[in-house]
Amino acid sequence: MNLSKILKNAFLVVIFGLLVTACATKKSVKTTETSTTKAAETQKADPIEKLDALMQGDVYIGSDTVGELASGVPDRVFFATNETILTTASRETLRKQAAWLRQNADVTVVVEGHADERGTREYNLALGERRANAAKDYLMTYGVSSDRIKVLSYGKERPVDSGSNPLSWSKNRRSVTVKAN
Amino acid sequence: MKKKLIFIFIFCAILKPSISFSLVEIDITRGNLDPMPISVSPFFSDEVTNDKIKNNLNIENLGLEISKIIENNLEKTGLFDAIEKEAFLQKPDIAHLKPRFEDWALIKSQVLITGKVTSKIINDKDYINIEFKLWDVLGAKMVDGFSLTTTPRSWRRVGHKISDKVYERLTGESGYFDTRIIYVAEEGPKTQRVKKLALMDQDGFNTKYITLGNELVLTPRFNPADDKIITYMSYFRNMPRVYIVNLQTGAQKVVGDFRGMTFAPRFSPDGKKLIMSLAKDGNSEIWVRDLETNIQEKLTDHPSIDTSPSYSPDGKFITFNSDRSGYQQIYVMRSDGSKVKRISFGKGIYGTPVWSPRGDLIAFTKLHKGKFFIGVMRTDGSGERLLTENFYQEAPSWSPNGRIIIFYRETKTSDEGEGFSAKLWSIDLTGYNERLVKTETDASDPSWSSLLGN
Repeated sequence: MNLSKILKNAFLVVIFGLLVTACATKKSVKTTETSTTKAAETQKADPIEKLDALMQGDVYIGSDTVGELASGVPDRVFFATNETILTTASRETLRKQAAWLRQNADVTVVVEGHADERGTREYNLALGERRANAAKDYLMTYGVSSDRIKVLSYGKERPVDSGSNPLSWSKNRRSVTVKAN
Repeated sequence: MKKKLIFIFIFCAILKPSISFSLVEIDITRGNLDPMPISVSPFFSDEVTNDKIKNNLNIENLGLEISKIIENNLEKTGLFDAIEKEAFLQKPDIAHLKPRFEDWALIKSQVLITGKVTSKIINDKDYINIEFKLWDVLGAKMVDGFSLTTTPRSWRRVGHKISDKVYERLTGESGYFDTRIIYVAEEGPKTQRVKKLALMDQDGFNTKYITLGNELVLTPRFNPADDKIITYMSYFRNMPRVYIVNLQTGAQKVVGDFRGMTFAPRFSPDGKKLIMSLAKDGNSEIWVRDLETNIQEKLTDHPSIDTSPSYSPDGKFITFNSDRSGYQQIYVMRSDGSKVKRISFGKGIYGTPVWSPRGDLIAFTKLHKGKFFIGVMRTDGSGERLLTENFYQEAPSWSPNGRIIIFYRETKTSDEGEGFSAKLWSIDLTGYNERLVKTETDASDPSWSSLLGN
């Protein structure tokens, strides 16, 4: 686990702790992992604080829903509404993915592009394809050959978060790099 | 569906329509605040017919069921008000022979529909003959009617054909009841929706599922020239591609040989071409494929997202949406891709333009200030009219007569992500008469067929 992620988690745990104290919640904390998730949930009590902690502009910066392509290599990057631009954090994630893919030359991947539910279905299919290609192009820039990367757009068909609110939408605007073999 | 629907028209229109019939004129260009009172007498049938139909279809009173189809169709237009059958003073068989018009005028009925069902045997096979008459109560005369013979299992379609005839006679516009709707049936949680292609009669009956739900399917659309043919998009083998399906034979084929995702398909009005988008290397363009010559051609050439194309009914133009201005807006071009012109300039973003079958309007989805609207505008972009507003709705599709728009609407979920549903809705072009369209499951992406052929 890299330093920034540890810091992020630590930060969330602190907020969680504060909220627990403030609200006198009885929920017990079992592991660091669940405490992070719970923190995100508990924070719904204070939407402004929640958004500050988990979104920058409207790009998701939290770690809920984020899986790993490999140990220490996050599997996904997030986008602003209607955007396909890679943020600084996204580029960092993709450089880690590229480094790992260069070390594991037999692995091929599918980059899945997704959109939130606030757009028409067909446009979102195109938008998901654009996002997946933005990630693919960046991986190629860092030395992963294009024949190892397939793109697949799901548009808005496969949200990870079923909520109808800005935070849920921000988690759904994503491209996810998935091992294909 | 695989069995052929056989319609043998014995005679169409047993009376010449009398031109002087002006009593029951309905102005359908505005929301009708005063629906016309109408009586639909149960169609009568003799004992022999009743027994036969009970054996064939397991229906107790087919004549009554047919009259209910007609009532339901006409009432849903918002233009007619069906009088309760308990109020009827005259028996169905006598009324069909010769109504006592005073009796029908007494219960304030302006129009009366009567009919008769008779079983028949042709070449050792069972058929039913259905006769119907449309009466002008105040004018005290019959104004229209027909008789047709069909296989017993097609009885609902006869009810729809009668409804179409009545609607045409009374409004002066073509009907839309003998039609089907193809849509995507949805089940399961929002994050793992299972989607199947489904086909149903316009009134929600006779639902059939075309796919099993093993792969994601989206945006089915009828061929306007052949209601047995549809196009749709499928994620079969994780390769999102456009397919064409023959509903009668079940035969299915992928359209074209493209590297990249094909989506947003629609037929040309004559059914000979298919327009769609191809997304490749982060760019979506509109392509056309000639289904006879198999020649395919790229129509747009722009680094933006160009998608959701729809032909004008004369086939000369294509409307589509593009974000080349920064946000999704509606454009019109010639069908060869030349003379691209933006037509939407209102506030908000615009998508899913669909040309009306009459040619004068384009229906669209608009997103403005966090709300989704279904609206219409003229083909030059003027005269924008928003018909309905909601949390989320899109994908308008026109009834074949261009009077009704069907679309789907999704609900806002709670912060826990619960309470999601997707349903089909219809609304009149006037912006009145918004209705939930009944489906067996959740539903989206509706497409309305043309009036069915035989």
